[in-house]
Amino acid sequence: MSVTSILFALAFYLATAVLVFGLLHRIVDYARTPAPLKIPTTPAPTTRSGVVVRMAEEVLLFRSLFRANKWIWLFGFAFHVALAVVLARHLRYFTEPVWLPVQLIQPFGIYAGLVMVGALAMLWLRRFAVSRVRYISAPSDHLWLLLLILIGASGLAMKFVAHTDIVAVKAFFLGLLVFDWQPLPTDPLLLLHLTLVLALMIGFPFSKLLHAPGVFFSPSRNQADDPRERRHLAPWAAELENR
Amino acid sequence: MAKLDFDLPKLGPNLEIPVLQPDAMLGDGPFVAKPDHQDKLGFPGELVDDWQQVAIDKMGELLGKYRSFKVYLDSCVKCGACTDKCHYFLGTGDPKNMPVARQDLLRSVYRRYFTFAGKHFPKLVGARDLTEDVLDEWYNYFHQCSQCRRCSVFCPYGIDTAEISMAARDIMDAVGKGQKYCNEIIGKVHKIGNNLGLPEPALIDTLEGLEEDIKDDTGIDVKLPVDVQGAEVMLVTPSADFFAEPHIDGLIGYAKVFHQAGISWTISSYASEAANFGMFIGNYENMRKVSQRIRTAALELGVKRIVFGECGHAWRVAYSFLNTLAGPFDFLDNRYPVPQHICELTNDLIGRGALNLDPSANDDKVVTFHDSCNVARASRMGDLPGGQFEIPRAVIRASVNRFVDMADETIRDRTFCCGGGGGLLTDDLLELRAKGAMPRVQALQQVVDDHGVTHMAAICAICKSQFSKVLPMYGLPMDMIVSVHQLVGDAIQLGTKD
Repeated sequence: MSVTSILFALAFYLATAVLVFGLLHRIVDYARTPAPLKIPTTPAPTTRSGVVVRMAEEVLLFRSLFRANKWIWLFGFAFHVALAVVLARHLRYFTEPVWLPVQLIQPFGIYAGLVMVGALAMLWLRRFAVSRVRYISAPSDHLWLLLLILIGASGLAMKFVAHTDIVAVKAFFLGLLVFDWQPLPTDPLLLLHLTLVLALMIGFPFSKLLHAPGVFFSPSRNQADDPRERRHLAPWAAELENR
Repeated sequence: MAKLDFDLPKLGPNLEIPVLQPDAMLGDGPFVAKPDHQDKLGFPGELVDDWQQVAIDKMGELLGKYRSFKVYLDSCVKCGACTDKCHYFLGTGDPKNMPVARQDLLRSVYRRYFTFAGKHFPKLVGARDLTEDVLDEWYNYFHQCSQCRRCSVFCPYGIDTAEISMAARDIMDAVGKGQKYCNEIIGKVHKIGNNLGLPEPALIDTLEGLEEDIKDDTGIDVKLPVDVQGAEVMLVTPSADFFAEPHIDGLIGYAKVFHQAGISWTISSYASEAANFGMFIGNYENMRKVSQRIRTAALELGVKRIVFGECGHAWRVAYSFLNTLAGPFDFLDNRYPVPQHICELTNDLIGRGALNLDPSANDDKVVTFHDSCNVARASRMGDLPGGQFEIPRAVIRASVNRFVDMADETIRDRTFCCGGGGGLLTDDLLELRAKGAMPRVQALQQVVDDHGVTHMAAICAICKSQFSKVLPMYGLPMDMIVSVHQLVGDAIQLGTKD
């Protein structure tokens, strides 16, 4: 067992812990923070089931973004769908036997990888080309895009340029799952790919990537429009009534 | 009209996204509240010594109290979807009037004091210390947001800049840097009962004068009652309705509707104001205190229903918040929504055939309708989502023969603010108001040119005041802006149902 394998094994345990507990901490914090007033952006659904539909349209179709700007929608939507397919394709490294749906999407995964990198490149180009977007971009906004592009590109390079021993890679990750450590191949592209993924996992809970859980907690989208029918009162606001 | 000391944006055939003009609206902001204004609202009179710590503590308090504030500060990915949606950006070109950039004025400080990345890598994530310059920047640019929520319609996460600007104003009030216009007015409401500071005798006098005017015009005795015990309906309306054109014609319209429908009603001299500027300053306690007056008045007068007159943000507070702030209203007649909008009431009466309207009385007009932001994006009328768009239009269509809508992308939930909402309807912000009105006026000019529109109806006191002021700057007549209930009042055939 090489030092590299041990370091990566430890790093993946650490990054997973940071990602899971970091996100859980944020989600619990969002859930515990009261929303004292009814502020859905109207017109809004009047029932909880209507809210589920509205939220599904936002999360699955990016409806508001579509109304706002067709280019951002196109690139943003393409990136997220492609990312989902790519992530699903990667499940083959964590499952044995590989689940049927994961087997079925394997051929699409490569195209999704190309779409993902292309869409990210266009989103990045906007940060330079559109003066309004350039104005609002901080260094970290550029770096996240660069990081994702490098992850995608290094992954694709292992398909098209220099293969790695994916059987050994799979053995390494299956081993991590059951605490039975296996050696990791040391191809530079693979180590680069995995290092960048580790950075993504660790940075996620401390960054704007929190938009992923955040959207579900957005009061302007997740509240039902029923303030006249149901009295809405946050605990801290209720205390004012007892004074 | 006096010459303007600033250049108005040009009205083109299409609404163009302006070239960025950094610092175009740099300035000191509106007049700062005096100690006397601050004291009455429970805020420190002037900037406190340890204001930075107080501000950060207040921000921490709000982060714990408002999920919207916390989630919206974390979630923005700087995608740029909102950057061309704010009327103040479109009218001024100042990049800090792009919604995301406005949020970032505060988000940068949030990151510095409340996030790991901002504490340790401030440059990387655009975090910065809260300095006096930053506070001044906040004061200037958070008083260039009319809290109209147009950005929140388009944000993929529903981030509402109004929530951020309300929090910013609440923080600034907490350190002693409040806005004179809003805080002076809230003080008047607490003390006298309405924004104008109109005391009860003056109110009664005004309403008696109006009764005489209606009698002279129509020969009919239409009453505008004050403090009538046991009336069916208590009308809560913006005090502008007691005071000036075109508001007052709307009030006459409500009175004629109540008269013909035979509904007993009253105005309360105690709660003689629908507006609630507590919302504009983002202060829950003040907003609640202003709201409680309405509950108290309804209980004391023993009315069965509460109806709100034409006022945009007042309807938001009434529809969305009143039940929270001053409820429950189980002492009222539960066959009617609590509270009810005057347009809902009139529309129901029209539907039941209780009003006799002759739209040809308005044949001298071609009318369009301005969706007021708070009604459009923060409330509802009727039972169905979107009723806030359909019901006022139905009322107008029943009262006029010629109605034309403005361009689709400028109405309903995509409506443009008048430019004077959110506590900005003050002459020390006139340049901002005039420029911010541009997108709406552009759409209006288009239907004037294409369809011969002569009048724009609205259901908001701020919109009406704002348009009366800024339309002439763009070469349109001041009296083009009318109340929806002025159209109703002119169409109603008094004496035919009595």
